[in-house]
Amino acid sequence: MIDTDAIRSDFPILERRINGRRLAFLDSAASSQKPVQVLDAMADIYRNSYANVHRGAYTLSHEATEAYEAARHKVAVFLNASSDEEIIFTRSATAAMNLFAYGWGLNNLESGDRILTSVMEHHANIVPWHIIARHTGAELRYMELTDGFRLDVEGARDRFDDRVKVVAVSGMSNVLGTMPPVDEIARLAREVGAVVLVDGAQLVPHAPVDVQTLGADFLGFSGHKMLGPTGIGVLWGRRALLESMEPAEGGGEMIRDVRLHESDWAAVPHKFEAGTPPFVEAIGLGAAVDYLSAIGMDNVLQHDRELTGYALERLAGVPGLSVQGPADTVDRGGAISFDLAGIHAHDVATILDQEGVAVRAGHHCAKPLLRSLGLTASTRASFYVYNVPAEVDALVDALDVARRIFGLDSP
Amino acid sequence: MALEDLYREVILDHYRNPRNRQGLGQANAVADGSNPLCGDEVRVELLIEGGEVTAIGVTGHGCSISQASGSMMGDAVKGRNIETIRILTGRFKGMMSIDGADDPGLDPNRPGAVLGDLEALQGVRKFPVRIKCANLPWTTLEEAIKNFVASH
Repeated sequence: MIDTDAIRSDFPILERRINGRRLAFLDSAASSQKPVQVLDAMADIYRNSYANVHRGAYTLSHEATEAYEAARHKVAVFLNASSDEEIIFTRSATAAMNLFAYGWGLNNLESGDRILTSVMEHHANIVPWHIIARHTGAELRYMELTDGFRLDVEGARDRFDDRVKVVAVSGMSNVLGTMPPVDEIARLAREVGAVVLVDGAQLVPHAPVDVQTLGADFLGFSGHKMLGPTGIGVLWGRRALLESMEPAEGGGEMIRDVRLHESDWAAVPHKFEAGTPPFVEAIGLGAAVDYLSAIGMDNVLQHDRELTGYALERLAGVPGLSVQGPADTVDRGGAISFDLAGIHAHDVATILDQEGVAVRAGHHCAKPLLRSLGLTASTRASFYVYNVPAEVDALVDALDVARRIFGLDSP
Repeated sequence: MALEDLYREVILDHYRNPRNRQGLGQANAVADGSNPLCGDEVRVELLIEGGEVTAIGVTGHGCSISQASGSMMGDAVKGRNIETIRILTGRFKGMMSIDGADDPGLDPNRPGAVLGDLEALQGVRKFPVRIKCANLPWTTLEEAIKNFVASH
């Protein structure tokens, strides 16, 4: 069990009233709120130790560099990576996915090769592959869903063939909450010699992740969904693969030597960090990692699951409501998407906002998934460490208001 | 800010029973509009004869505001000439501007006197994130007329 009262007191924004109501923030899957520990860590650098990193031979630059590299170490420990050098800071999860697609995909794929992904992916794990497929002539193939909103790995077994060179799959769907069996997918991928990329944008903030047992070769995620600031993301990769991978961006910081017509790359991870990195944001992410580690990621997962179970139970009592996602909390995270018959998701979100309840409405950057579900938009409530059952109640009450306004009260 | 200002009965009626909701086989001006942020989609098809919109079809899917706005728009522009429709579009968008600086002079004592049913949408202005929804059919209508003028 986690102490939500103590946690909530670390998040100043949760004190806000929205439209006269107490805020129920149920959109952490889009971006989480930030504790004072993260805000203070960043302010401290700006106020006391700010100078560009890896540049100047003076005290301030040295302090900023130490803090930046300490943040890299924290992330490495958080993921149980083999070394700090396996942690590449990017500007977002999207940038991490693109770095892998451009750095690895562009240089290792050719016509006839296959990229295997799934229909439940976020656009960040689909669109880069559209681009790489166009450049290389490789073909994009998909794993489908079961009727129970699980990834149908069994039904996709024949798609793991010798032509598959990369398998790119989400560790947790931002729409369905589904957590596919990454270890099983990785085993099938290894049998055909494919490299495995896991989109960890939802998984890493909400579940314990140990890259030694995950099965992936690469893992991308962002800081802002796990209590950290915007503008920072991470690509973790196995060192040997990172060393053979080409950089996707050139510039300062990422070189060993530059001549007029060619240059040599720096060692990992700096080879992939061209230009001044978002180091204050990385330090903020380090503070977020400290915060989550103090709670314990097993506890975070359990807390999310308990709230999810409670919410699924309460939402089942709302007439006309159908959940797109597993009906139980097994291998499922705390993102619940639903459709309310007779009311468009956009209208639901506006009415909920008037009641102080913040949810996401739309296609959740997963248009292929929504299309496969026969939807153009849905409403999504998602949970994190600071959410409490009373906020689920506020959600359900606000849904009743929406039904009343649209004249859908049961007779 | 009351939800009743946004979800007036007349809006919900147009949402549930949209008017002019059919494809036009004989259309000579067509445009598609979408709001990629929320997924609202509208298709406007016009039959323009002698400078006048003699038939209109408004189809698509999306929230109550975008669909009701499209339904009312069809009623409002049918039988009008292109110049009048341009003025009407300007007035509607003026009514939707956040600061009300371009308010078309609605008379609170005579609701509907200036823009008819469309005036029911003025509450949307108080919900800035939804203004785009109300404007979507109108922007698509402008596009359809622009396409027609360019090709004739």
